[in-house]
Amino acid sequence: MRLHAPSRRELLLASGTLFAWAHLPKLAYAEGRDPRFLAIILRGALDGLATVAPVGDPDWLALRGDNALAFGGKVEPLKLDDFFALNPAMPNLHRMFQANEAIVVHACATPYRERSHFDGQDLLESGLPKPGPSDSGWLNRALAGLAPGGRVDPKGGKVFAVGPVTPLVVRGPAPVLSWSPQKIMPATDDTVARLLDLYRHSDVKLASVLEDNSKLAAIEQSGDMAQSMTQKPGGPKPGQVRAYFSDAAGNAAKFLAQPDGPRVGALALDGWDTHVNEGIATGRLSQLLGALDDALGAVQSNMGPAWKDTVVALATEFGRTAHINGTEGTDHGTATVALLVGGALKGGRVIADWPGLKSANLYENRDLKPTTDLRAVLKGVLKDHLRADDRVLAQNVFPGSADVKPMAGLVV
Amino acid sequence: MTARGQEAAALALHRFGFGPAGGQIAAIAADPRGALLADLNRPSAGELAVDLPSSGASARAVSDFRAEQQAQQKLALRVKKEAEANNVTPTMSDAAASPASPPQKPPNQPPPLPQQLLLDEAKARFDAATTADIGFVERLVWFWSNHFCISADKIMGMAGPYEREAIRPHVQGGFADLLQAVESHPAMLFYLDNVESMGADSIAGINRDKGLNENLARETLELHTLGVRSGYTQADVTSFANVLTGWTWINPDQPDRGGEFLFNKRLHEPGDQIVLGKSYPDTGMDQGRGVLGDLARHPATAQHIAQKLAQHFVADEPPPTLVAKLAKTFKDSDGDLKEVAKTLITADESWSPQRQKLKPPSEWIAGVVRITGAQNAIPIGRIVNAQAALGEPLWRPPAPNGYPDTEAAWIDGVPHRIDIANEFAGRARVIDPLALLDSGLGPLASPDTRQTVARAETRNQALALLVMTPEFLRR
Repeated sequence: MRLHAPSRRELLLASGTLFAWAHLPKLAYAEGRDPRFLAIILRGALDGLATVAPVGDPDWLALRGDNALAFGGKVEPLKLDDFFALNPAMPNLHRMFQANEAIVVHACATPYRERSHFDGQDLLESGLPKPGPSDSGWLNRALAGLAPGGRVDPKGGKVFAVGPVTPLVVRGPAPVLSWSPQKIMPATDDTVARLLDLYRHSDVKLASVLEDNSKLAAIEQSGDMAQSMTQKPGGPKPGQVRAYFSDAAGNAAKFLAQPDGPRVGALALDGWDTHVNEGIATGRLSQLLGALDDALGAVQSNMGPAWKDTVVALATEFGRTAHINGTEGTDHGTATVALLVGGALKGGRVIADWPGLKSANLYENRDLKPTTDLRAVLKGVLKDHLRADDRVLAQNVFPGSADVKPMAGLVV
Repeated sequence: MTARGQEAAALALHRFGFGPAGGQIAAIAADPRGALLADLNRPSAGELAVDLPSSGASARAVSDFRAEQQAQQKLALRVKKEAEANNVTPTMSDAAASPASPPQKPPNQPPPLPQQLLLDEAKARFDAATTADIGFVERLVWFWSNHFCISADKIMGMAGPYEREAIRPHVQGGFADLLQAVESHPAMLFYLDNVESMGADSIAGINRDKGLNENLARETLELHTLGVRSGYTQADVTSFANVLTGWTWINPDQPDRGGEFLFNKRLHEPGDQIVLGKSYPDTGMDQGRGVLGDLARHPATAQHIAQKLAQHFVADEPPPTLVAKLAKTFKDSDGDLKEVAKTLITADESWSPQRQKLKPPSEWIAGVVRITGAQNAIPIGRIVNAQAALGEPLWRPPAPNGYPDTEAAWIDGVPHRIDIANEFAGRARVIDPLALLDSGLGPLASPDTRQTVARAETRNQALALLVMTPEFLRR
């Protein structure tokens, strides 16, 4: 099926996608390239060690025990190199990695060193060095900086974002229109679990109703888990989350792939806050990573020939504790992974200045220590892929980041 | 301002209004009861500042629309038959594609006129609830609209206009006037089948060999006024039904005054009627006015209305002393509903700190939209769908007794609200969830609730959790 180029009007009618028409990546065009860039914000703090495990680290197994991804363990991870292995829920990412179309940056973090979701997410999206209110995000300012004259080319680069609310990362001086996926993101199991916990402490009747309902949902789910799309409240089917992730990311790719469509976009996928029963090998996190992997597959196939000009960057506000906590989960931590996928990458590499996992090497004795600044990764992509200016990157896009040099050689 | 004042303010906004929006708890904390009284005293209270068609105009428009559709279908059939007669036989695939499978509706097409009229009405009503300072009078409108419900399933074009014409002008007036307006409204006469009813000995009844339909008379006694098992008999129902014969409408397919009220003497049962022991001489339409006036002033009506009001606002099993106070005001003031509302908010029983009511779905949705400030981010179609998904579709109660008003009816649906909370919270731009918690619940929030909101994974999740806390669900 050929997708026609969406007009502004159609996008608005589509029910609210978010579109910022920004400025033309002129320099890249001058080189004969037509780059696409998609930022995916993973809100909730992704466990980087459960996504890409340091199987070659001698302290790894001792650190996570039964919950450690390891060769010969509960589930067989996917080998990336001699040191790192990927969560087996992500075969698409593995395939891209093998095709040199994916890069993992490990032990990576924003400059934020506290552990509040809200502040961490703000900083991740605003690009500011410290938490605090911001009206604009780094991606919008990066786009605005590509054409200092401020002239909007009707056929040119456009930022675009997915979701009923414009993520902060694309808010800013470049105008934004909205669109949202037709599918509605169902409330997560996590939301239900938090409510159940609250009700148990404060409202017995509500707790009992919610428990009964969850039991019903569980009985229903025991059929075909992945395929079930029935709308039972009290937590979504894994299939619903998969459908939402794929729908959101896949549609973003369809728009970016258009010859005269937008060139830059962003969306946010929530649900990574795995404090309890994390399910690294088979449970909740495994399902979420699987949904994310499907979404990456949808991006690749919907990009079509434009995949070769594409970079997708996935980042989260911070990582999780290196140790498993007392409830088979992990608490808020510091360093984690950043993922890059796309045909424009010089991929097939895990980039890490590995800090080690011995207690003394952990940040505050609990978290993976950050050794790579996420801003270096993003600046590297913005500079080499979109041809953003060094000075603009250091002053406007990530203010106060002159010391953080753009990581070179990420794109072909 | 005292913590006690803050708590009373939060309680007032949730229990008697549509929940706080912005800094309202602080704004009314000095005098919460005074703020509710002021809401009653606003000059335009209960009115909708919108220009929408009257029930007659709306019913005629829907009738015209359906007639046109029917004509188009007939025309299409005629064209097809002519083609067949001319031996231009449609191919197999054409035949399969035509009448059996209607053409796919193109996307983004505006809804058909009847649905659009309903959406316009729904939006005006919902906006009034979400933009009101407190919304006490709007809550009264919703209460009376449910007490005197009709169903859009039966009469779609009139659901919204009925509420504007029969309910809103009288929610602070005399109950007798409200009752007269409701029972003589064409929407009610059609909904409860009085347009079908005729006296067996009326001119039309004799000529057409038809007779009485008791539906409106029975429900007026049982649901609208005296209440069930309050002492009326089948003979009273029959007599009252005879009284009401002739109360009908002009069929909406009439271009001039279609859809409007008509007293048709030809349908009216001649003769005196005895209702509840009192004889009403045949004075035409005034015979019915007389019965309604007496029903409005009947002590059982005062008791019935007092019980329902107290149950709606205060508790599923309201304190008998509160019910007695309301009934007394009702009787002493000759059914002055503003006085009754004042008694409701000044009675100490109404301010019990125990929050014993589970907000029904539509009221909860309005509260969610108010606290999120997402009035403009959520299309009315989504609101209407959400109400339906939670079992309380707007103006579509399953029976003339309206939607239930007790926790038992709604609590099993609470898990369904999580998805709605998640969706609507996802559309809101949340700056500071804890500030929202303070402005939405103030001192009502328990430490557990505060911690649950503070520890949310995202701001939007924090908001979804906030509107699902017991303190927000209950009032």
